Amino acid sequence: MSAQSPVREPLSTESDWTFELLQDYEREIARIADNFGLDTYPNQIEIINSEQMMDAYASSAMPINYHHWSFGKHFLSVQNSYRRGHMGLAYEIVFNSNPCIAYLMEENTLTMQALVIAHASYGHNSFFKNNYMFKTWTDAESIIDYMLFARKFIADCEQRHGVDEVERVLDACHALMMHGVDRYKRPYPLSLNEEKQRQLEREELLQQQVNELWRTIPTPDAENGERPVQRFPEEPQENILYFLEKNAPLLEPWQREVIRIVRKISQYLYPQRQTKVMNEGWACFWHFHILHELYREGLVTDGFMLEFLQYHTAVIYQPPFNSPHYSGINPYTLGYSMMQDLKRICESPSDEDRQWFPDIAGSPWQETLDFAMRDFKDESFILQFLSPRLIRELKLFNIENDADKDHLEVTAIHDEWGYQAIRESLSASYDLGNLEPYIQVYNVNVRGDRALTLRHDMHNGRPLERQNAEEVVRHLHQLWGFDVILESVADGKVKTSIAHSQLSSCEA
Amino acid sequence: MTFLIDRRSNPRQKSAVNRQRFLQRYRERIKESVAENLRGRQIAQDGKGEKISIPARDTSEPVFRHGPGGRTTHVVPGNEEFTRGDRIPRPKGAGSGSGPGQASNEGEGLDEFVFQINQQEFLDALFDDMELPNLTKRQLSGLEEFKRVKGGFASDGAPSNLSVIRSMRSATARRIALGAGKRTELRRLEQELEALEDSEGTREQRADLEQRIADLRERLARIPFIDDVDIRYHRHIKEPIPHSKAVMFCLMDVSGSMDQNTKDLAKRFYILLYLFLSRNYDKTEVVFIRHHTAAKEVDEEEFFHSRETGGTVVSSALELMKSVVEARYSPTEWNIYGAQASDGDNWPNDAVRCTELINQLLPLCQYYAYVEITDAGNKPLWQTYGPVREQWADTFAMQHISGPGDIYPVFHELFRKQSA
Repeated sequence: MSAQSPVREPLSTESDWTFELLQDYEREIARIADNFGLDTYPNQIEIINSEQMMDAYASSAMPINYHHWSFGKHFLSVQNSYRRGHMGLAYEIVFNSNPCIAYLMEENTLTMQALVIAHASYGHNSFFKNNYMFKTWTDAESIIDYMLFARKFIADCEQRHGVDEVERVLDACHALMMHGVDRYKRPYPLSLNEEKQRQLEREELLQQQVNELWRTIPTPDAENGERPVQRFPEEPQENILYFLEKNAPLLEPWQREVIRIVRKISQYLYPQRQTKVMNEGWACFWHFHILHELYREGLVTDGFMLEFLQYHTAVIYQPPFNSPHYSGINPYTLGYSMMQDLKRICESPSDEDRQWFPDIAGSPWQETLDFAMRDFKDESFILQFLSPRLIRELKLFNIENDADKDHLEVTAIHDEWGYQAIRESLSASYDLGNLEPYIQVYNVNVRGDRALTLRHDMHNGRPLERQNAEEVVRHLHQLWGFDVILESVADGKVKTSIAHSQLSSCEA
Repeated sequence: MTFLIDRRSNPRQKSAVNRQRFLQRYRERIKESVAENLRGRQIAQDGKGEKISIPARDTSEPVFRHGPGGRTTHVVPGNEEFTRGDRIPRPKGAGSGSGPGQASNEGEGLDEFVFQINQQEFLDALFDDMELPNLTKRQLSGLEEFKRVKGGFASDGAPSNLSVIRSMRSATARRIALGAGKRTELRRLEQELEALEDSEGTREQRADLEQRIADLRERLARIPFIDDVDIRYHRHIKEPIPHSKAVMFCLMDVSGSMDQNTKDLAKRFYILLYLFLSRNYDKTEVVFIRHHTAAKEVDEEEFFHSRETGGTVVSSALELMKSVVEARYSPTEWNIYGAQASDGDNWPNDAVRCTELINQLLPLCQYYAYVEITDAGNKPLWQTYGPVREQWADTFAMQHISGPGDIYPVFHELFRKQSA
């Protein structure tokens, strides 16, 4: 790497960090990031110790959260594996808020701190600010305020109704958390003051709306009998928590508010689940280029770069499937490799690239990458940009596992026939609908026993895990108050069903 | 724009509440695990906390997830040998929902959820729903510790105890008091001067007034801002800290019939009792008395490890305990607990004397527990103590122990919380 700009004195030569040095590095990194055109929220970098890091782990990656036993459990298990040396802690945690809060561990070396600042405070930060998923579904301005509100509200409820009572509702909500997300609607931005004001109005209003449901129980004209059966809700609803919040007949106002809080948090975390590959890839791509730029300018030493490259390669290592370390595709590897590959396609496209990516081959790389970062999520990003060359490099292949056959079959490998198939199935594997069972609220028996029917659309014939499903149905029943039936449906036919009234009532 | 914040000094244990919630929720499980641990526990070890393990399925949080079955396609990296259309036998033991390779290394440690609790939490779990029977004496004893509490203000003291607010307050009061008359006079003169018209005839009068005003001003200015008499100091007084003290008498038969195993069982019982007492009292002392035909007060080492032979006269130990109580542990000041372990043998003619002595001792004691470590049924001492138990149901208890597994349940039984 030749130094084109005048070589300057390195910022430091030791590996221990100080606040002055961190500030120096941060300033230089900010300058370079700005030259690269990264658009970020202001940064708030906090130095914490390992115990605080475990705390942050435990409260589902929120800087502030309400109290719940499951966070305690999580904390204990992290603490246990950490003490026994089974796992290291992450070097950083970053929150999608404005200002963007990043936690740095005090144990890190100076090199690591610089890496983390570039990775989190500029890489992730610019992704949070510009990716359409985050722009659509989250509100970085108000999340901290909202969490404050949530924490206080839950604490108040515990005072008024007892910890156990609140815990029961929260347990049930957590079980349904993944099903508390609107996938197609823009949620109203949150604000602490409005939240407080509206909460009281909401309590009354909600209670009135629920009464609608009560009013539909038998009326005289049911005698006709032949009236077309109208379902409630008229359209199936995928946001189960929202449905319960608005329609569960027996809930107290505060219970509805608790459901709402869990729902809002789930909605806030929703984009992160959908952009794991891109987000990490983007951050890795930028820490790589920013630190190399620092080196090119002579601001860091060779030792610094060697240490950095060791961390970097460890993070983006993808063990092959037959390695004992293999645990699925490493999102860091995939994301980082795709970003680098995009840059390569822009700068020095091969004939194959021109054929596969006529639009972007040879285009200015910064603009193309910026476009890719803004307007995609993992699923569409892979479908659009996974190149044959990368498939060859990672030696990807498709394996089909059909429960009806007694063997697995390799359906595509990294060759001319396989590229598109691999691309499609890899993309599909990041589709949340594929990862999580797709379950909707289907019907409420408003004229009879008010039983709630949910339908699970069996994707490729995959059933639900029975024991878990039964537990969740118990939780559902607790919120709904009447019988709950969960049907698994394939090809328009009900394959299996779980009804709460038929579960043995040994456990709560 | 970047802020760099050092959070390391923030209060620790942000998760403490969540941790407590978790422990509370699984209290029953943790208690089972603690009782289980106790069986294999080295008695000497404490102060370290405990490893607790509870079944993972009890702590799992259910969510809807896919089960095995159906058709799934995985993309897997690192292909070296496969081509399209290859068939691979299904890996054994793998849930068919997961890809090959994922199958192998997941099996370990998932059945149990293991975590550490600290000593305090361990004891809480251990002694939960147990209580010390009968009352607790809190004794103000003369030569114990004192704590300093604020006791108003004094006009002398060390400079470090200076109360600035009080001092300034009294200075202000003094200044107001000393200057009040002069200020009234001053105001009057100033008004007079103003009323006087400015002419030749009044010049002399004016000069006189101005002179008096100047005098008054000067005298007012001479009132000191703060004076020695204003200074006030915080006063501290010593208050004795009430202490509850307990003494635990360990009585053990060391005659030939007691083997090492039996003594180990006894030791475990004593340790449990000691932990329990030290949790309830600020200060706990232990007196070890061992006996065969004669009793002797010994230290812990000798108590548990040296061997003696010979017959058994229980009354000798009771006698010694009584004299130690009289000499050193006044029942008005100390909570006295007796714990006696024996294999139940006693010299037959001693029974009467025993009954007599125990009847004298029990009024002095908060509680007296007798454990008989034996496989066989009613031994002589058990029969001796039988009537005593009926007479002193509140303070006297006895139980059988036949193996290590019994110790905790028996202990639990002896100190069970009595519901009103």
